[in-house]
Amino acid sequence: MKLRRTMLYVPGNNSGMVKDAHIYRSDSIMFDLEDSVSLREKDSARLLVFNALKTLYYGEIEKVVRVNTLDGPFGREDVLAMVAAGVDAIRLPKTETVDDIVQVEKVVVEAEKRFGRVPGSTKLMAAIESAKGILNAREIALASPRLVAIAIGAEDYVTDLHTTRSPEGTEIFVARSLLVMAARAAGIMAIDTVYADVNNEDGFSREVRLAKQLGFDGKSVIHPLQIPIVNAIYTPTKTEVEKSLRIIAAIREAEERGSGVISVDGRMVDKPIVERALRNLELARASGIEINEEVRS
Amino acid sequence: MRITQTAAAGTLESSDVLITVEPEADASVHIDIEGASAARFGEQIRAVVAETLAGFGVVACRVRLQDKGALDCTIRARLSAALLRATDEAGPISWETLK
Repeated sequence: MKLRRTMLYVPGNNSGMVKDAHIYRSDSIMFDLEDSVSLREKDSARLLVFNALKTLYYGEIEKVVRVNTLDGPFGREDVLAMVAAGVDAIRLPKTETVDDIVQVEKVVVEAEKRFGRVPGSTKLMAAIESAKGILNAREIALASPRLVAIAIGAEDYVTDLHTTRSPEGTEIFVARSLLVMAARAAGIMAIDTVYADVNNEDGFSREVRLAKQLGFDGKSVIHPLQIPIVNAIYTPTKTEVEKSLRIIAAIREAEERGSGVISVDGRMVDKPIVERALRNLELARASGIEINEEVRS
Repeated sequence: MRITQTAAAGTLESSDVLITVEPEADASVHIDIEGASAARFGEQIRAVVAETLAGFGVVACRVRLQDKGALDCTIRARLSAALLRATDEAGPISWETLK
């Protein structure tokens, strides 16, 4: 199971951050060539990330690059360079339609062929940042087998909606839920938006818990301090792991006895609960928690 | 590639390098390194610069590096950007051969 609890934004023209990005142990690193890079530095940032990806070792961390949109002068060259450098995934910003995915996939296919990369090895992610994009999320999520995740970019979204972000997130509630549903329907992951107030740890924790409760698989983060908070919230607790183990043990025992209905801790256990228990155990294993191998599904 | 104008790339932030490339009238390469790392890593930096210049086919220019502890890959990136900004001949980049 690939974890994407935390995706750390790294400005693509900041050589110090590009160099050190792996030490904070996020699940993914997202090198940004888009909004964090000024127009006059686009060429230099592209070369910096290209050389870093070719040279530096980021271990098991997934390497993602947010490219510029293809309708501008930088996007196509960004995609070519990053595929040449061996990026794991291209993240497309401001995705509004299926055609946006089709166009970026065309360039990726061309680049994989040109640079001798394994066909299909470059994954795609799409950030949805407008009302139009949210309403098209279902189709976007199904637009390419390369697509592994869709994400919501809330700042642009609320601007498009003619509102602003609130601590409660009321204004993005529907968009978040639609995005998660679109991801689930397509069998891919949903990544929540960034939280800009780095010093507000309580507010950040609340938002991460909300995103997890809504079904998101992880969150884009803009500061290393946010990483352990997200990882902790997304890692099953010892109590959750133990309960999941009891559920799986009970269902196996029931199967052996030929009984279809069981209860654990005084509550009826049926198929969805078993699925949640299996997923919890899978998440726990992926998070590095040791689990008795006998209960492996 | 012929260097036709002065151009720079990079920054003076930690772990970066600010590289300025200038045209050179005589057919030769001059490399000036400033910064605390010049004494210890000067030869290695010169080798990276020479290799990058060769990759672009540059045989005449002056390169000035203000180093703030950049890795070799950062030096290659910033020098590549400076060279491409300093020439009139920059066409599509051959990413497959770029080092």
